[in-house]
Amino acid sequence: MAATVKMTKPKGSIEGLTGDAAIAYALKQCDIDVLSAYPITPQTIIVEDYQRFFAEGQVKTKVIPVESEHSAMSACIGASAAGARVATASASAGLALMWEVLYCASGMRQPIVLAVANRALSAPINIHNDWSDSYGARDSGFIQMYCQSCQEAYDTTIMSFRIAENHNVLLPAMVCIDGFILSHNVERVELLPDEVVRDFVGVRVPVQPLDTDKPITMGPLCLTDYYFEFKEQEDKAMREVFKVYKDVEAEFQKVTGRSYGMYETYKTKDADIIMLTHSSPAGTAKAVVDALREQGEKVGVLRMKLFRPFPAAELAKELSSAKAVAVFEKCLSFGAPTNPLALEVRTALYDLPKKPMVTDFVVGLGGRDVPPATIVEGYNKTKQYLEKGKAPLYETLGVRK
Amino acid sequence: MSKKSSEIPMAGNILEPGNAREYKTGGWRAERPKHNPEDCLWIKNGTCALCCIFCPDNAIKLSEKDGKFLYAYDYDYCKGCGICANECPKSCITMEAE
Amino acid sequence: MSMKLKDLLQAPEVLGSGHRMCAGCGAPTVMKLMGMSLRGPTIVCNATGCLEVATTIYPYTAWKVPWIHVAFENVAAVASGIVEGINAMQEKGRYKQEHVDVIALGGDGGTFDIGFGALSGALERGHDFVYMVYDNGAYQNTGIQRSGATLPGQETTTSWAGKAEPGKRQRKKPIAEIVAAHRIPYVATVDPFHYRDFITKFRKALEVEGPAFIHAFSPCPRGWRSESSKTIELARLAVETGIHPLYEIIDGEQYIMSGPSKSLKELKPVDEFMKLQGQFKHLFTPQWEDFRKQVQQQITADWELLKKKCGVE
Ligand SMILES: Cc1ncc(C[n+]2csc(CCOP(=O)(O)OP(=O)(O)O)c2C)c(N)n1
Ligand code: SF4
Ligand code: SF4
Ligand code: SF4
Ligand SMILES: [Mg+2]
Repeated sequence: MAATVKMTKPKGSIEGLTGDAAIAYALKQCDIDVLSAYPITPQTIIVEDYQRFFAEGQVKTKVIPVESEHSAMSACIGASAAGARVATASASAGLALMWEVLYCASGMRQPIVLAVANRALSAPINIHNDWSDSYGARDSGFIQMYCQSCQEAYDTTIMSFRIAENHNVLLPAMVCIDGFILSHNVERVELLPDEVVRDFVGVRVPVQPLDTDKPITMGPLCLTDYYFEFKEQEDKAMREVFKVYKDVEAEFQKVTGRSYGMYETYKTKDADIIMLTHSSPAGTAKAVVDALREQGEKVGVLRMKLFRPFPAAELAKELSSAKAVAVFEKCLSFGAPTNPLALEVRTALYDLPKKPMVTDFVVGLGGRDVPPATIVEGYNKTKQYLEKGKAPLYETLGVRK
Repeated sequence: MSKKSSEIPMAGNILEPGNAREYKTGGWRAERPKHNPEDCLWIKNGTCALCCIFCPDNAIKLSEKDGKFLYAYDYDYCKGCGICANECPKSCITMEAE
Repeated sequence: MSMKLKDLLQAPEVLGSGHRMCAGCGAPTVMKLMGMSLRGPTIVCNATGCLEVATTIYPYTAWKVPWIHVAFENVAAVASGIVEGINAMQEKGRYKQEHVDVIALGGDGGTFDIGFGALSGALERGHDFVYMVYDNGAYQNTGIQRSGATLPGQETTTSWAGKAEPGKRQRKKPIAEIVAAHRIPYVATVDPFHYRDFITKFRKALEVEGPAFIHAFSPCPRGWRSESSKTIELARLAVETGIHPLYEIIDGEQYIMSGPSKSLKELKPVDEFMKLQGQFKHLFTPQWEDFRKQVQQQITADWELLKKKCGVE
């Protein structure tokens, strides 16, 4: 399931864009009705760029410059409930402030697109990248997609409306990029012509909106007799994402020649050790794999993209022939036996008759660099553990202990 | 009565406006209002209506038919709060134990 | 609009029967009067609180207009989104109604306290909507805790009256004036007893362009430990004692005293308002005599100040 990034079919333009700018441009082309957002580094460029489109009269969007992230998501819910296509963007403390209403957005089944430039959480305050913010929201009922390049961020933003607004899904979606590493890094991005994007995303067809001709009640009090049933519905909708995601991507590929998959594999076919990660460390890991392969090591990379819902069944198949899976993740779950990404991977593998060993390396917190040496260190440790037949549940790498 | 998750609209949306009518609150009542039409201004000339305007449960039904003004309680919903009796300028309403 | 009694009585209900607010609660009547003020298609947003909880217990709703609840502290933000979402869809030609009024409803907790940031932001941004606070003087839904709207001397479950304390000591936030300081086009205080005044003002609030704010007094027999029959009488007394004077503020600067308050020769003593409620009972013991007098002085001073602002005698 390798990512295919081939030449685009329709002629768009090629630009050097940061991850944030690529997302802002995608939002512009998706003709959203409402953007309601609050600035926070490293997401701010998205809001700033969008306000510039607005100031230049390039969008018909109503941009709501809210007074907080809590209100940003709340206004998105209101606009979406009225039937509008809406988006917002945040990171770190901003996402944390949205917390309560993330669950409202998903529980009320509003297909809001939320771009996240992943950033560490306070304290101490830190503006750089790790995944603590959106990982913390992994149970919030948002679809979560993690991107590795600016091109992917652009493409995924466009696809995310189709996935979220699909009537079998109707769930909000997070498009995540690594703060600074991607959000502020200029890369080559092939932009689609406006009309191609417009045709691809179409116009949102809302389900049960606030409509004065058909007055419904939204967000009532549901107690012991019904609350659970709505959570069951939500869970079912989340499971529908697998199919819808594949369909939307297949269509996108037809139009653009590009697709990414729920995850991407790199030289994993004959690999004894598969390094599993996502976002920017995946790029580093691929470079490490190339170097290690030259030394004769049988190693590959599996880059996750879709984290919610988590494609456990496919992943188990993909990993089953490896001897070990080395997970690299930028989040610590204090007091947990293991950390969020490894937890999912271990769960996915649990039912295999012959399980690969899983190692879990917590790296890069607060934007600490994750150089090839750190990946190599994790790889070497995994090799040693394999020889010993025993590995710790997790360890931190790249920190002075 | 409780339905399966597949049988109900998503997200707790309630599609039928005002269906709380099916939930009768009259059972809460300890005292019931009784109307004496004699001095009632609504009955007399279709004015006042304070009892009806102030009733929190829309349980007083004022109407007009063939030039006559009619007055009725909807005991399915009247909670017996006594606001109507307290506010009536003509003391037409008395509260009686259920 | 027609203020003929028959027309008012024929206004479609916004909140129907079968809701589960306490017997004698003031809030449903406040909603009824709001309903009598409407001028066309309307969407209502409701903050968490008694009104929201007791009117929409699944699978039942008492609401007959499109209605949405999201959370406690964000109703003004939700309304902002609805207003702008509709505006955008209208401009793009995919909204069927030419105009929809959007109303946000919050309790005093959801307005004076936790939702204040969202309210202030929405006012500053200038969305065209009406925000109404139904003020029952405490967090009633969660069991009568103090709020920024709780009166001095009021006993709540987080401002107990005891040997050392007279209930809440602090004053009530002057929310209408705080809101008016945003220089929004229209702010008014209302109460359900003076129903014509209420309807006239609410209609004005709908008609002005930009945000408008209505501060509605809404007695709570359960929390106030008052007789359920006294709810409307308490609303009247709140006006007559100066606890809740009726006035309007235009564009944040022009104060207008409303008829019912203007016609008062002098204020009734606040005792008359307090005596009907268990929550002020302790103030009538010798220990809190002085405190009660201070409260009276404060209310009188506030009233004099308001008269000055309104240019009344
Ligand atoms: C963020 C948050 N904090 C606390 C609560 C608990 N809560 C629900 S309603 C409420 C009080 C509501 O008070 P008010 O706004 O005055 O409305 P009332 O119930 O008095 O009508 C509280 C504290 C909540 N739902 N959400
Ligand atoms: S007692 Fe209360 S609920 Fe019953 S009719 Fe009178 S005002 Fe309405
Ligand atoms: S308040 Fe009294 S006088 Fe007025 S309409 Fe009602 S019953 Fe008649
Ligand atoms: S507690 Fe008070 S505000 Fe809440 S429903 Fe009862 S009377 Fe009304
Ligand atoms: Mg309250």
